[in-house]
Amino acid sequence: MKRQVVARAGDVPPGECKLVTVAGREIGVFNIGGQYFALANRCPHEGGPLCQGRIGPLVTSDGPGTYRLDRDRELLRCPWHGWEFDIRTGQSWCDPKSTRARQFQVTVEAGEKLVKGPYVAETFPVSVEEEYVVVEV
Amino acid sequence: MPSATALLPYVDEFWRDQIVDRHIDRYPFTLTSYPPNSPLSARPDWRQPSGAPAGDLDAIRRQALDPFGSSIAICNVLHGAVALFNEDMAMALCSAVNDWVAKELLDREPRLRASILVPLHNTELAVAEIERVAKDRRFVQVLLFAMNEMLLGRRNYWPIYAAAEKHGLAIGIHAGSTYRHAPMASGWPAHRVEDYIAQSAAFESQLLSFLAEGVFQKFTSLRLVLIESGFTWLPNLLWRTSKGWRGMRPETPWIDRSPAEIVREHVRVTLQPVDAPKGDARTLTQALEHIGSDRMLLFSTDYPHWQFDGDDVLPDGLPADLVKRVLVDNPTETYPRLREGAQIGDNAATQKEAVR
Amino acid sequence: MNIPVRHATAAAKLAIVDCDIHPAFRKPSDLYPFMAARWREHMTTYGEHLRQGLSGQLQWPRMMAAGLRVDAFPDEGPPGSDLELMRRQHLDANGVEHGMLMQLSKGGMEERNLEFAAALSHAINEWQLETFVKPEPRLRAGIVVPQEDAAFAVKEIEHRAADRSFAQIIISPRSSDPLGHRRYWPIFEAAELCNLPIALHVQGFSGGHASTSSGWPTYYMEEHYAATTGMQNTVTSLVFEGVFERFPKLKVVLIEGGFAWAPALCWRMDKHWERMRSETPHVTRPPSEYIREHVWFTTQPIEEPENPQHLAEVIEWIGWDRLMFSTDYPHWDFDHPQHTFKFAMTETQKSKVFRDNARALYNLP
Repeated sequence: MKRQVVARAGDVPPGECKLVTVAGREIGVFNIGGQYFALANRCPHEGGPLCQGRIGPLVTSDGPGTYRLDRDRELLRCPWHGWEFDIRTGQSWCDPKSTRARQFQVTVEAGEKLVKGPYVAETFPVSVEEEYVVVEV
Repeated sequence: MPSATALLPYVDEFWRDQIVDRHIDRYPFTLTSYPPNSPLSARPDWRQPSGAPAGDLDAIRRQALDPFGSSIAICNVLHGAVALFNEDMAMALCSAVNDWVAKELLDREPRLRASILVPLHNTELAVAEIERVAKDRRFVQVLLFAMNEMLLGRRNYWPIYAAAEKHGLAIGIHAGSTYRHAPMASGWPAHRVEDYIAQSAAFESQLLSFLAEGVFQKFTSLRLVLIESGFTWLPNLLWRTSKGWRGMRPETPWIDRSPAEIVREHVRVTLQPVDAPKGDARTLTQALEHIGSDRMLLFSTDYPHWQFDGDDVLPDGLPADLVKRVLVDNPTETYPRLREGAQIGDNAATQKEAVR
Repeated sequence: MNIPVRHATAAAKLAIVDCDIHPAFRKPSDLYPFMAARWREHMTTYGEHLRQGLSGQLQWPRMMAAGLRVDAFPDEGPPGSDLELMRRQHLDANGVEHGMLMQLSKGGMEERNLEFAAALSHAINEWQLETFVKPEPRLRAGIVVPQEDAAFAVKEIEHRAADRSFAQIIISPRSSDPLGHRRYWPIFEAAELCNLPIALHVQGFSGGHASTSSGWPTYYMEEHYAATTGMQNTVTSLVFEGVFERFPKLKVVLIEGGFAWAPALCWRMDKHWERMRSETPHVTRPPSEYIREHVWFTTQPIEEPENPQHLAEVIEWIGWDRLMFSTDYPHWDFDHPQHTFKFAMTETQKSKVFRDNARALYNLP
């Protein structure tokens, strides 16, 4: 497993996604209410650029003609066929058992703990106040 | 089917007067969908000596019940009253048909059950008729037609489904049209056979309507039976709707599971016609596998329509372990009222027939 | 459900023919240079005269981004309007050797004013050539004609037929009468004479009838499905009016209408044709035979049964030489060539579906 710094914590605003490349793979890093998740930018259905899709709350219903937004569940809608994936787990909303977007482990770590890598060296200063998003691939 | 004259005892004084005075009793109320002399409308050996397709109870016993060993048969009277525009006249005649069926068929032949004919143009009247007739436990479903003025899943029809669910009646959609719209999305075909073939697409549209509108989410124990619809078109519908649902779900978020699952649970189809290559067992077996459920098929003869010859009602390729399900188990599960006071033998068929 | 890696690499090397690509205007006035002043004026003053309640928009709004791939938006204009992006993102990236353009709107197929329809048809055919086909030889246009004006349609077909930039004739399957009706026969005659297929692409605009035989659907989910029932209706009409008897060399392509419905419809047509034969004596052979000889189907949107092998069985019934791959780029329910089929295909099957069937039908080099 390879751990790589992909962004500064402030780079990914809440409710948004940053696309990064790690070990040749395109990965979307999501900030959901201060927590970070990373998904492969490749829809398990037909390989579409999943992480370019829209992030939004889950739409549910209490019955025909009623519509509810569940803001505790952030879903990603694939820009191709609109399939919905739970950002936290990568699971397809409609086929939780059989379809899943590839997930990666994400942690946020204080700058001083990190080994200097190309990203850090390239653009951002390291300091004890800075926090970095690290993805394990 | 009862003639207009035969219905006179079952309508009130006002309608008796109207029917006779306006010569309405001289009309047969045949649906355009089934021209009486067309080959489909009656198998040659099932025609009355007069040429009329089916009709008397004796013929029904001899031709539709006995040869197939049916313990129970559900009659569907495809009476043209439903195509009239006058709601009250349609209601009076539908009521009369239902009462005629109870007296002339059900009272005289204990193996028979029936469907309730209703005037769809007025939901309140339709519900009133369901409430009235449902007390007679020999009526097991509400009869609707595959082509109407509006798609059947629409919310304005929901009081009908509420009444049906309340009384443990299935909703039966039968092939046929009131021709309020063209039978095709591109208009009016030249030939009868084209109108008939287009019926299967009509059933698909109706099923989509039930699914999309969330009828089964609202009426969780409702059963929908598609009668004389064919069934080999089902796999394509199950696949297409289930795939589409994943992308279109937010517009109809009440659909909380795969449409294929919903259909397999709530929807049934009658056996005839078997739209599959004759004598090709392998193809039919594959098609049944594609449908993916052994609960959906209900035995039917579609008597007196000409869908098969002799006693060849069960097609090649129907797996042996499915036969009893089709003949007995599936129908009795679909129509809970069938179990009431009936003697259903293990090998006996429970069937649906059209009485034109 | 997750993509098996072993299938993903297979189609990467294969040059493919994409039988359904949708070009678009950068802005509506892109069509004006190809129209006479009188019609430019008419367009801006009165606009199109269609059979629907809302002007300039669909009454069943599409899902996400108006039914377009979110990643296919160029800097300017809608998806499909930027040839550079189309090349980069699709033609080059997916090995598209030949792409069939399907222009769906503003070509007059749905226009109620037939004089205007003729002007639109002429303009749209010129626009396709100038904007897409001339700069990009991998693309082929379709001769868009208003099917309700058969006389004009025939003239436009004859005018364009010799130009190999046009691969087929595009008319709407949501016509005002079922397409087998005799008044459309001059168009089929012209198509047969010119040896060009008739392309029937799913249409969002009504020709005067509701999209189902019980009226108008409520939700997009239903309207989306109505594309397949409409195609079934059209095919039934073509068979039973005797179009294939009268025009034995006619070829018809059904685009974006699905194909898994075809075997069941063929079986149903065969069964009831036989029973009611005396009504249509001019239909001398079982309907399924006509379908096998005259009709092709594009693959998108592909069906995805729970058991992928079931789809292979359906294709066996239809025939591997009748299916032609399509992506529907840049619409939302796009099929990616590498990930469309979820069961193992032989090399021959892949070559046929992804390239050779289309090459043969369209006489491509």
